[in-house]
Formats: sequence, C-alpha cells, structure tokens
Amino acid sequence: MKIEVCVSLVPDSTTKVKVGASGKSIDEAGVTYIINPYDEFAVEEAVQLKEKNGGEVTAISVGTDRSKEAIKKAYQMGADKGILVKSDSADIDSFTVAKNLAAVIKEINPDIIFFGKQSIDYDGSIVTGMTAEILGLPYVNVVTKLELNGNEATAEREIEGGKEVVKTSLPAVFGAQKGLNNPRYPNLKSIMASKSKPIEEKPFANERKTEVAEMSLPESKGQGKIFTDGVSNVPELVRLLREEAKVI
Amino acid sequence: MNKILILAEAKENTFKSNAFEAVTAGKHIAEALGTGFDVIAITDASDEQLKSLGKYGAAKVYHLNLSELNSKGPAGIKYSHSAIASAAANFANTKGYDIIIISGTSFGKEIAPMISVKTDSAIITDCTGYNAADGKISLKRPSFAGKCNTKVNYLSGKAVITLRPNVFKAEAAEAACEVEEITPDSVNISASDFKTCVTDVVVSSGKLDVAEADIIVSGGRGLRNPESFKLVEDLAEVLGAATGASRAVVDAGWRPHGEQVGQTGKTVSPSLYVACGISGAIQHLAGMSSSKFIVAINKDKDAPIFQVADYGIVGDVFEILPAMTEEIKKLKV
Repeated sequence: MKIEVCVSLVPDSTTKVKVGASGKSIDEAGVTYIINPYDEFAVEEAVQLKEKNGGEVTAISVGTDRSKEAIKKAYQMGADKGILVKSDSADIDSFTVAKNLAAVIKEINPDIIFFGKQSIDYDGSIVTGMTAEILGLPYVNVVTKLELNGNEATAEREIEGGKEVVKTSLPAVFGAQKGLNNPRYPNLKSIMASKSKPIEEKPFANERKTEVAEMSLPESKGQGKIFTDGVSNVPELVRLLREEAKVI
Repeated sequence: MNKILILAEAKENTFKSNAFEAVTAGKHIAEALGTGFDVIAITDASDEQLKSLGKYGAAKVYHLNLSELNSKGPAGIKYSHSAIASAAANFANTKGYDIIIISGTSFGKEIAPMISVKTDSAIITDCTGYNAADGKISLKRPSFAGKCNTKVNYLSGKAVITLRPNVFKAEAAEAACEVEEITPDSVNISASDFKTCVTDVVVSSGKLDVAEADIIVSGGRGLRNPESFKLVEDLAEVLGAATGASRAVVDAGWRPHGEQVGQTGKTVSPSLYVACGISGAIQHLAGMSSSKFIVAINKDKDAPIFQVADYGIVGDVFEILPAMTEEIKKLKV
C-alpha cells in the first residue's frame, strides 16, 4: 500500500505571538517550532496502516529548509521516505501549498493520503480539501475514526454536537482530528536514525491567490472586576452578570 | 461585476442563525461593493422556510431540492458534501459570481475548499470582519487561534469566503423574496459527483456542543479529579450552557476531546465563558479570549486567566461553583 502523509511545521502552542518587523508575519525570534499537532494523528494513522497492510509511508512537506524537522518527526514515528518541496520564503499561501502537494502526490499516485485536520498557525483548514480537489480525489476532514475494507472506506467525522458517518472509496484524502488514535512516542533508536535519513528535495512553484496585508494583535481588554473574598462574592457576581453584562 | 452568491445552510431543513448571519453579511458586502447578491439553498426545506431568508434581505433564493440531488447518487444517503459542492460551484460558474459566502460551520468548512478549486477562486476562511475598497474586499481573520489577527487580500478576481459563526449579526431587513427552483441537471450533477456520501448522522446524547453554545462553563486542573466535573455540569445545566475543558484535563482522560477549548481544541466565542479552576495557559486563552464576557474562578490570584476576565472571584472553586448554581437557580424561579 502506498501511503502519503502531509506534514507542516508550526510554532509551538505555548508561543506568545509578536508581530514581526514586516507587519505581515510573526516575529520568529525565540519561537520553538514543532510538527503541527494534528499531523501527528495523521502520521500515526499512516504508520498503523502500513504495519497492518504492508507498504510504504512517504511524508511530504512544503516550506523552507526548517520544515525538514516535521519530516524528521514523521521518520521518528515510522515514515519511510520524506520529500520537501522547498521554498526560499516562509510566506506561502494555502493554495500554493495545495498545488505543490498535489503535484508531488500525483507523481507518487498513492492509495491513501493523510493530513492533520488543520495547522495551528493560520488555522485555515483548507489545504486538505484543496489538495484533494486539485487531484480530483474524495476527501473527508475532521476524521475521528477510519475503517478500510478493500477499497471502501468508512470515516467518522466530528460535527457540531455529533458525528457524520461518511462512505467513500480509495484513493482518498483524510484529515485527522484528535481522537483518531494515540500518536506514539518515538524511541531513542528511531530518533537517532531519523537524523541521518535523507530527505528528497523537489522544486517549489509559487501560485499564490491570497496575501497577508497586515498582522496585528487583538485589542487587550481593560482590567476586569476581580473579587477576592471567595464564596461571599457569589451574589454580587451573579447580580453583575444579570444586570451589567446581561448575559444570564 | 462582483456578483455575490451566499450559500445558506439549512440544518434538518431549517435555517439557523448562521444562515441569517451569512445573508446579512453578504448584503452588507454587496452594498459596500455597489452590487447585488443572490442566495442558493440546497435543502428539502419548505417554501415558507426558504422565504424566511427574505426577512434578512434576500430578494432572490435559488433552491435545489436535496432529495432530487440525492436521487442522482447512491441509494440511502443523507447528503453528499462533494455533490453539494459540485452543484454550488457549477451554479456559480454558470451565473458568473465573483464572491461566494459560506458560513464556517463544520459543513461549510468541508465544502468551501472544494468550491474554491472548482470555481478557480481564492479562499479565505473563518473571517470575522471585512473592509471594502476599490471594488474589492479584504478580510480580517484570526490566526494562531486568535493570538493575532490578519488582514488578507485575494489576488485573483474571485474569492470563496467563510464566516466564523456567531460573529456577524443577523439583521432584519424585509425583502420580497422570490424563490426559483433549479434542478440537478441544470447544474450538471451526475453520479460521479457523489465521491463522499454521508450515510448517517449520530447526535451526541442531548449534549450541547461548545462550538455552538451561547454560554460555556469550562473546567480545568483545579477541579482535581474527574468526579468534581459534576459541579461544572450542574452550573452548566442551570445556565443552559455547554461544558468545556482545558487541554490538561482532556489529556488526562477526564473529559472527552470534543469539549477541549484552546489552540489544539475548539476556538469559541460565546456570550459568556465561565472558566473554573483553569489557570489560563496561553494555548487555552487563545481559544476563548474572544468570548464576549469571561468569568474566572481560581484560587490563585496571579493566574493568567484573570488578565482576560471581565469578572472573577479568587477563591475555592468547590465552594463557589455550588453557590453560583444555587444563586442562579433563585433567579430562574
């Protein structure tokens, strides 16, 4: 089975975001980069599928040289090959990422492709769907359960207050949501092995359709009304919620 | 130029607030660009339901009957995201719309990327504001789960835009609403458009989802054990609220991941968010700080949650939660 998993590198969720000098992107100083947390569920699903059915897992990323770290993490979790579509700039829009991923995936012609349901930097939640559509493949995003039976796939997809059961057939694209599996912790041996494992580089083509014109921090709120007398403040709090905030 | 199409989503054949919000936002954007707008609805909703969109200013609603659409696909399906996306995109391409507006619900998020590729449009999702100038709009959207906002321009002539639910207000604007029926054949739907088919929708047992709730009561580590979440649930019940949770307690297995609020959970903006025993890690704050009012209850007066709170009590969550529940019960009598 040919299995693809698309990964990206993002600032850690503990990052305190500051706007960079350009005013259009974040200040990268002091930022720790990690594999996008949802991509870990995607890699785990891909590797589990390989362990069950045999085959090969290829991890693909589009980004600067730094994105190799995301591929290395996929190696540590059990991916066999890695491809970086290498851009000189980190300023890439979602459509460009999807176009470049689709070009690589088309060459490999896999049976199944996994993504994280969204990346936690720009939160667009669109690369998965666009890549699939460019390739003309079916896709299901926010998947919490996946069962394969030959070429038939049944996915459970999280929606507001419940889930949908979605049927499709392979080849298909799936976006992983937390709960799909429990991503493994790489052992020391796989961490060491990932350091020297080669990553194939492919040329990047810029096809952007959007641009960030400006980035700003949200306006901070003024100091709230904080009481310090514990439970005796409850009646006053409830009164304020009712009469001042008018929310209850 | 700049014709706008709004895709109005109906849930179980009824239009909800998110559809009206999309119509109002689309109407305002159309006015700002000096153009008109149409609505498309792919649903089995009644004629009366369809005309209810007129109360928000929709003068023209194109209606594709969902059952008729489904008849082109495999038997026994509820709906197909891919077929609905094809129908909407083919319709937009035929009529020449430049901007397609979709509410960013789980349904809207699933179909929007497909529609953007099929219509050769840029896509900007999760928008919370817009600016119109020179016949184009730029969109404001949160990034990094709300740690910052970005203003995004689309470079091609066409764009698909999804709106964050619960941000744009639906405004009454009575219009004489004309409904025009369209057929699956008129939008070139065939069996091959049914790439994915929803065969069942399972509703979680009567629980309100944090993503849809107007009030959320959330608990964190300060509750010390999973059993104490009863206190959170009790308060949520009297408020008609959903229960949420911090990442720490979800990772510990105390609460299901569907309740997780934060950068790696759900981003929420309810009218009222009550954080109980949550210190306010930056990744949690990112997911809830756009709530209209925030109440913090925590024993540590220096907890970061108090910096984003409108109201707060420094004290014992085990005493305060039951007292709040009782106090609010009194109001409801």
